[in-house]
Amino acid sequence: MNKKTGILVGAIVVLAALGVWVSLDNKASDPLAEVLDIASPLEISGLEPAKSGYLFTRMQAAETLFIINRERQLVPQLVENVEVSGDGLDWRMDVRDSVMFHDGTPLTAEVVATNLRRALARPGVLQNTPIDEIAVDASSVVISLREPFALLPAFLAHYSTLMLAPSSFNEAGDITAIVGTGAYQVNEVVPPLRIELSAFDDWWQGRANIEQVRYLAVPRGETRTMMSQSGDADLTLSLPPVATEQLASDPNINLQVVTIPRTRLLKLNTAKPFFDSAQERQALSLAINREALARVVMRNPDLAAEQLFPAAISGWSNRQLAPLEYDPQRARDLLNEAGWTLGDDGYLSRDDQRFEVTLRTYASWPDLPLLATAIQNQLAEVGIDLAISVGSYTEIPAGHQDGTLDLALITRSFSMVPDPLATVMEDYGPGGADWGAMNWVNDQAFGLIDQLSVSTDADARDAQLQQLTTLLHAELPTIPVVWSELAVAASKRLEGVYVDPYEQNYYLSDLRWVQE
Amino acid sequence: MKQRLMLRLMQCVAVVLMVGTLSFALMVALPGDPAMRIAAGRYGPDMMNSAIADQVRAELELEQPLAQRFVVWMGDLLRFDLGHSLVTGAPVVDEIGLQLGHSLMLALLAFAISLLIGPTLGALAGLMPGSWMDRTTLVLATALRAVPPFVLAVLMMVIFAVTLRWLPTAGFGSWQHLLLPAITLALGLAAMSSRVMRDAMVRVTREPYFAHARLKGLSDRAVVQRHGLRNASLPVFTYLGLQLVYLVEGVVVVESIFAFPGIGHALVHAIIARDVPMVQGTALAMGGLFVVLNSLVDLGCVQLDPRLRRAA
Repeated sequence: MNKKTGILVGAIVVLAALGVWVSLDNKASDPLAEVLDIASPLEISGLEPAKSGYLFTRMQAAETLFIINRERQLVPQLVENVEVSGDGLDWRMDVRDSVMFHDGTPLTAEVVATNLRRALARPGVLQNTPIDEIAVDASSVVISLREPFALLPAFLAHYSTLMLAPSSFNEAGDITAIVGTGAYQVNEVVPPLRIELSAFDDWWQGRANIEQVRYLAVPRGETRTMMSQSGDADLTLSLPPVATEQLASDPNINLQVVTIPRTRLLKLNTAKPFFDSAQERQALSLAINREALARVVMRNPDLAAEQLFPAAISGWSNRQLAPLEYDPQRARDLLNEAGWTLGDDGYLSRDDQRFEVTLRTYASWPDLPLLATAIQNQLAEVGIDLAISVGSYTEIPAGHQDGTLDLALITRSFSMVPDPLATVMEDYGPGGADWGAMNWVNDQAFGLIDQLSVSTDADARDAQLQQLTTLLHAELPTIPVVWSELAVAASKRLEGVYVDPYEQNYYLSDLRWVQE
Repeated sequence: MKQRLMLRLMQCVAVVLMVGTLSFALMVALPGDPAMRIAAGRYGPDMMNSAIADQVRAELELEQPLAQRFVVWMGDLLRFDLGHSLVTGAPVVDEIGLQLGHSLMLALLAFAISLLIGPTLGALAGLMPGSWMDRTTLVLATALRAVPPFVLAVLMMVIFAVTLRWLPTAGFGSWQHLLLPAITLALGLAAMSSRVMRDAMVRVTREPYFAHARLKGLSDRAVVQRHGLRNASLPVFTYLGLQLVYLVEGVVVVESIFAFPGIGHALVHAIIARDVPMVQGTALAMGGLFVVLNSLVDLGCVQLDPRLRRAA
């Protein structure tokens, strides 16, 4: 027995020693101790710009012709001297001088045109633009349009239009490497999880401060939270709401939370008798207690969506609009006025039709099923029998296309193309969209969207925006539920962290280690 | 022995054909539009829509008759061509090579650690049934098997990464990254194998040959080494083959939590994205691996038990 106890004690001592050695070795074996580790939920689904291009632009490995800056203005990045012909059909832009790719070759107008033509021919946002031809004239690129389109620069800021060197492609035209023009050059990509980068000496804006960067896709929120707490990640993105309270009090972490242009909303099939009048849609909106949803599920009561666009979207957030309210009695009254009467079972019906609908949602955003369940209860209070179907998010576009969708709880970003008009045009324009209005017809709104897409006059644009947002607020083709925020935890060893609400750029080149 | 190996080889071929056919049939039978799912896997929820799905449908010729697609797939399979991933566009062989490598490393390490812990503790407990050692290992084994790998993984992270900071929380690339996921898996494996070993040991100690060895004057150590361990390890060894199922189940969960790029993680993603070539490729790799590992278990049993050799 003594011998066995001895062995046991020995084993424990060996294990403890191994632990200490591992922990020391863990730090010592990293020759580049100053590697900036980033943890984010976004996985790498391929090198094609339309697939995971956002990672390479956010990491500043590749750049687009235009970019949205910290003042939230859309400005030229890889081009300059942008000129538009009088009829608005020809856009001429000079390719910026002295921009080099990571392989040492220069960015030329020819390379820019090749990249744009490639993007235009593949799935991506450029297909939603009226581009007719992309030509080269000396050091300029000339984009000819079929019709005037004021949004072109915003589309050229989208990640699917990033610029890659000719050496990025193989003979078949497939991308085999990311050779961009950004502050960081890609050393290794291990799909779906890791990217390693190092500072590029000849970046046209000067050299980045931090030499090495390592990106790790960590799908689970709890793991990202712990990576931040343990110091394994210096910059941790998209923290779950439940983690932010925990990290806010961590002495080694700076937590930044910003509201982003993304709204959780109810998409309604307005061809269905339940939602075909604005009165019914307003009743539905009045039955939703957004403040409670935001407080309990999103853990921040300020995220209750008072209108479609949060204050973070300048120009689109309309201060003159009365916030969407919670008033179940008024909801009942409105439904009653619309002909819906409460039956003995506690649910509404009209002409022998029960107010019985199915809400589709998906779990890839973990809060959506929770919000859906709460909405189910809140709508039951006014007599609406809501069933919930949680599945793949592809069921939403599928249901839109085949017309089987009643309503859906979705999350919609207005910053994919960094001018919300691009998304609004698609979602609330004629015919609606998979992720927008469904069977909603409003000629006034369609006219305003048309005008906005060609409008270059700032004052006229502001007036049109105000009218459009007022109309969407009153008509409610989709019902805003809660806004979203982006929580980023940065190690206190880092300074210069800026959280971009448009999620276009992590601004890694501005980061530096705190000098001790 | 040759016969046994030939049998396993034939099993391997059968597994390839069955897994190939089954995974094709299952992927076709799944509800939902494959073009939509593939588009979603490629372009993400914010960019994916039905127009892009239509382009994917045309690009991948998903409208072709089912029989034609099946014949093409089986033809490719017989030429050992697994095709390209529908999502990333990379050759399936390359993706599986990378991911299987990581998973194998993780699974082997987990297996090795579980062998060190499980059978050792089980043997000690079996030699002293009813002792504190027996009772403690029983409680521990029950607790570890009852706790889902997900919870165990989070516990390990809290203790060793966040509190003690001995090991990295998640990621891959160094041997330190392997330890936490491997130990998480190993504890689940060891929980069961320790109990199997304990029961086997108790049984052996009650056998007449064990008593005889003692009566003829052998020391405790010699009795256990010569007559105890070898006899008791037979059922454990056979059981290890079964444990591979747990390992596969655990690998899927553990890889996802530890952001580890293994085959389990890949399979789950491929199924969600309807990436048929990847699903078929990973299922084949896993099926083949099962046959190979079970063959190794067979060989090991034959080495351990001379009666099996004589029977062969």
